[in-house]
Amino acid sequence: MKRDLALLLGILLALLAALLLWALHATLALEPGPRLAELASARLEETGVSNPVTAVLLNYRAYDTLLELAVLLAALLGIWSLGPAPAGYQRSGPALAALVDWIVPLAILAGGYLLWVGGHAPGGAFQAGALLGAAGVILRLSGEPSAGLPGEPAQRWLVVLGAGVFAVVGGGLLASGFGFLTYPPGQAKWLILLIESAATVAIGVTLTAAYVGGRPGSGTAHNGTGQSRTVQR
Amino acid sequence: MSAQFLYGGAGILLFALGLWSLLVHEALLRKLIAINIAGGGVFHVFIAIAYRGDTAPPDPVPHALVLTGIVVAVSATALVLALHRRLEQAEESAADAEGRSESASASSAAPPPRTPTERTPTERTPTELTPADLTPADLTPETLHPETPHG
Repeated sequence: MKRDLALLLGILLALLAALLLWALHATLALEPGPRLAELASARLEETGVSNPVTAVLLNYRAYDTLLELAVLLAALLGIWSLGPAPAGYQRSGPALAALVDWIVPLAILAGGYLLWVGGHAPGGAFQAGALLGAAGVILRLSGEPSAGLPGEPAQRWLVVLGAGVFAVVGGGLLASGFGFLTYPPGQAKWLILLIESAATVAIGVTLTAAYVGGRPGSGTAHNGTGQSRTVQR
Repeated sequence: MSAQFLYGGAGILLFALGLWSLLVHEALLRKLIAINIAGGGVFHVFIAIAYRGDTAPPDPVPHALVLTGIVVAVSATALVLALHRRLEQAEESAADAEGRSESASASSAAPPPRTPTERTPTERTPTELTPADLTPADLTPETLHPETPHG
């Protein structure tokens, strides 16, 4: 019965995939109509960056990115609300520890590079923040219980830094008569860089804290569940 | 043209496979991976149709949307994983509590499992089973969590 249902679902979804493939093929066969690409590149000069994707993310559709940072923050608050973080992993051996000593600074350096290069080539705050988050995950896996994060109060400030700076810049622009997140032409580059720098740190800290998987501070509160069970067996 | 179709088509296949896996499998972790694969397929399609193979540069708007989508997907995945772990912990502790209350209701405080030959007679009636009476081979889910309370 269960197997029949799975088979039926498979057939139906294969039909759906065939339909979608046909639609994609037909769409690609058409002459491309007017696209947002022309509009986006026409005023690229005024955005303060020369990478069109960064221009879309932080200038044309800056609202999206602000709310995206808010989503990231909301997810972390959800994780923190579920209780304290589980205990970390066992300390790594000398070979892995030496590797981590190299990889983590390199990841931070590469993150800084990606942040800067995002202005004119593929890169940007999210890529840089993802690298910082990866550095944090590596630290946690190698037996650093805090994953390189600071204490709880500093962590709370860092995770709201991204959305906070974004909103403060937007509000400041609104107050000085430009409209929310409408950058004045000459200062767009530096405002975007400011927002992106704050966002990079916030994304890195948020991703790492999400991987740690619980409220910081009270740390190893329920060490018991995992370990006592293995002892019993 | 064909490169866009290959990439976009692969995205559609990933989407269909992810959706199938999501609907068929019961385990939460499998469903989560399936949703992520289906989402990855959608991202493929977005990236594929951003460039139409002509002289115009790739459309940056779908690229930015995909970047946003990845961040939202990662956030949601992290939250679901944390919820899943709490759920498992709650189930484990509930099972532990059940086991403890059963052994507390027995006449003696849960000695280690014994083989049938070592079993000492007690005042209990033969039909009454406690965890102490069970050999390790008896420890199936049915005996640990019986449908009806015994006694």
